[in-house]
Amino acid sequence: MKELRKKRTKQLAIWTMLWTLSMALASFGPKFLWDNNTFLTLLAIGVNIALGIGMILANRRFVNDGDELEKKIQLESMGLTLGLAVVVGLAYSLLDTTNLISADAEISVLVIFIGLTYITTTIVNTKKYR
Amino acid sequence: MKNRIKVLRAEKNLTQEELADIIGVSRQTINAIEKEKFDPSLPTAFRISKLFNLKIEEIFNYEG
Repeated sequence: MKELRKKRTKQLAIWTMLWTLSMALASFGPKFLWDNNTFLTLLAIGVNIALGIGMILANRRFVNDGDELEKKIQLESMGLTLGLAVVVGLAYSLLDTTNLISADAEISVLVIFIGLTYITTTIVNTKKYR
Repeated sequence: MKNRIKVLRAEKNLTQEELADIIGVSRQTINAIEKEKFDPSLPTAFRISKLFNLKIEEIFNYEG
């Protein structure tokens, strides 16, 4: 059980790291590495999507191989994160479309919000069952 | 849900870690069940009952 958990966590970390690196490559490569070559940009985005699918599948295995309490913690954390992402994300978009904020609403801000919310809710939920 | 797992575990001289390994859950799960913060699934309750050679209702007390 413990060994499998460690293995799944390690696999998820590796896939996440690879996906993050491919995201950086697809973001900065066109400007700094291959002078906006369309083929190489499309290739980098394709690799990014493929690694993203690998990361999603690794995350599914991570959740499925957890025990009943770990699954409950994940469900509560993901549920809260999804709800907050929809509500806060749409409110953020409204602030932009109604010109109440000067800057454009960026998807990266929402992604950071989702990441921080998921980390926070997972820590809080884990502590709740200690 | 109230339960007697902590007492039964002590009688068998098992640590939370050892019990968790036998039942096939994490130590945190055993701890949460003992502290009555989390109700185990039916398969886990059956595995615990089999290990201690007791009926489920002799270990768990549901006050609904």
